[in-house]
Amino acid sequence: MNPNNYLILAAILFTIGVYGVLVRRNAIIVFMSVELMLNAANLAFVAAARNTGTLDGLIVAFFVMVVAAAEVVVGLAIIVTIFRTRRSASIDEASLMKY
Amino acid sequence: MRVSVEYQALAPIIILLAAGVLSVLVEAFINRTLRRPIQLMLVLASIVLAFAYVVINATADLTGDIVANGGQVKGLRQLAAGGAIAIDGPGMVIQGIILLVSLVATLLLAERQIDPQGDAFAARASTLPGSEDERQFTSQGWLQTEIWPLYLFCVGGLLLFPVANDFLTMFVALEVFSLPLYLIASMARRRRLLSQEAALKYFILGAFSSAFFLFGAALIYAATSSVNFSTVAVAMENASLDGLIIPGIGMIAVGLLFKVGAVPFHQWVPDVYQGSPTPLTAFMSAATKVAAFGALLRVFYVAFGGMRWDWRPMMWVVAVLSMVIGSLLAVTQTDMKRMLAFSSVAHTGFILLGVISTSAAGLSSTLFYLLAYGFTSVGVFAIVGLVRDASGEATHLSQWAGLGKKSPLMASIFALFLLALAGIPLTSGFTGKFAVFTAAVDGGATPLVIVAVVASAVAAFFYARVIVLMFFTEPPVDGPSVVVPSAFTTIAIGTSAAFTLLLGLAPQPVLELVINAGLFIR
Repeated sequence: MNPNNYLILAAILFTIGVYGVLVRRNAIIVFMSVELMLNAANLAFVAAARNTGTLDGLIVAFFVMVVAAAEVVVGLAIIVTIFRTRRSASIDEASLMKY
Repeated sequence: MRVSVEYQALAPIIILLAAGVLSVLVEAFINRTLRRPIQLMLVLASIVLAFAYVVINATADLTGDIVANGGQVKGLRQLAAGGAIAIDGPGMVIQGIILLVSLVATLLLAERQIDPQGDAFAARASTLPGSEDERQFTSQGWLQTEIWPLYLFCVGGLLLFPVANDFLTMFVALEVFSLPLYLIASMARRRRLLSQEAALKYFILGAFSSAFFLFGAALIYAATSSVNFSTVAVAMENASLDGLIIPGIGMIAVGLLFKVGAVPFHQWVPDVYQGSPTPLTAFMSAATKVAAFGALLRVFYVAFGGMRWDWRPMMWVVAVLSMVIGSLLAVTQTDMKRMLAFSSVAHTGFILLGVISTSAAGLSSTLFYLLAYGFTSVGVFAIVGLVRDASGEATHLSQWAGLGKKSPLMASIFALFLLALAGIPLTSGFTGKFAVFTAAVDGGATPLVIVAVVASAVAAFFYARVIVLMFFTEPPVDGPSVVVPSAFTTIAIGTSAAFTLLLGLAPQPVLELVINAGLFIR
């Protein structure tokens, strides 16, 4: 199978992630969409590593997994704090500051 | 392949990250009452030591290099950690600026005398705002010393960010300094709802933009089969590349322009600057911007230097939008921190002029502007944190009326910072703007400079409005007052003011320093 198809798949996943971040209201879903974007980048890295016959992409993928895990910790901490304060995880309701 | 680690060249980064680890251990094992002084000493010592190492590295006398550079250039100039990190003149200047600014910001973060309840951070960030727990912890005088390990990791990441020489290292550094910032942003002692909202917005948008950066890096990797800047630059010179490069450059630009806060990626700036604890705002507005511009310069000068005709038009648009929209929206603001946030967006546009020049003069003038702007920005937010009434900081513009009559000294220093931000001669802001504008004209960006001058005039209006408000209106009856801070904040404000004046009156030594820093290495 042509490895370029994986790059296209990665681009599609990334676009779905962007759509999710821009459209969804729930902070958890938005956050999941960001993770989808990171994983799409991972898939692109791995596919490109296969394409180019180099190892860099595979190493990047490992690092990105670790970074994404760290980001989950921080992100969930912030979202849970907001949820406990406001009893809601909607990002539209966090709007004390505008313009 | 044997990979050696150049400990001497990497010492500043290693010191900060090691101090961060040590600081976590202090949190775990040291008695609560002793933590704060120990943490504070650890932070100050590590920043000073790291700065000493930057100076040592920057003035190192390397015989081999001196021969290679015709005896002109001093200081380290080497690829470290297997080519993942590049220690060179501009990189070390950026690191030096970050460390100086962090040192000043540390004093602000440690300030405990301004707020009668303690420092600027929540007694326990885990308690609900307005709850009984919160009241108890506050009245017992608890302090959230966990900010210090976070702060150390943040500064360590900031030091790594501008010297990272491949996309992987740069991405990791980006996250290492961003994640602590998201957390500290949510920990304000007063107005905690605003603070938590700022953290949420900062986090979601920050993670969104770093995903763009990463995907851009993946596209560049797919096209050039390397993530290393030097190799990418070489691969781009041997043209015949497919359609992955331009989208890749664009997406990496999104990630980096978000961090510097350029329009149209500036939406987080006003909210985060307004909601965060003010000492952190001071730190972010200066150190983060300096580091992010360092990384932006390295990526676009080293990795994408050969593609400058492709990315310059994009940067032109971003620079114009930043200057115009930043200045215009700052005029309409009624909150001091928000106004300064939009002014910081406008300044991003001015600094981008230097980036667009893609010349030695553009590089050195950008470095000078970053140093000048960093100190002014820290100083201005330090004073914003001093104007308080019973409920905390008084940031609404109307509350600043007549402050010049109540406390002439602080108001005068604040006016000095505002004049520097406006770019009035004899302040650092003028020298910086002049250097950047000259470089941009030489680089063929004259239309941009015209826009910049007009935007500066608009900006001068809202800075002058604050000065008029402070000195030429009557103070309201129950208005806020300027709190007398401890030595920490006094030293911080004094240092910032001294730099702002010195870089305006006698900029020559620093200008020589940034010019002698030379260019990025590959």
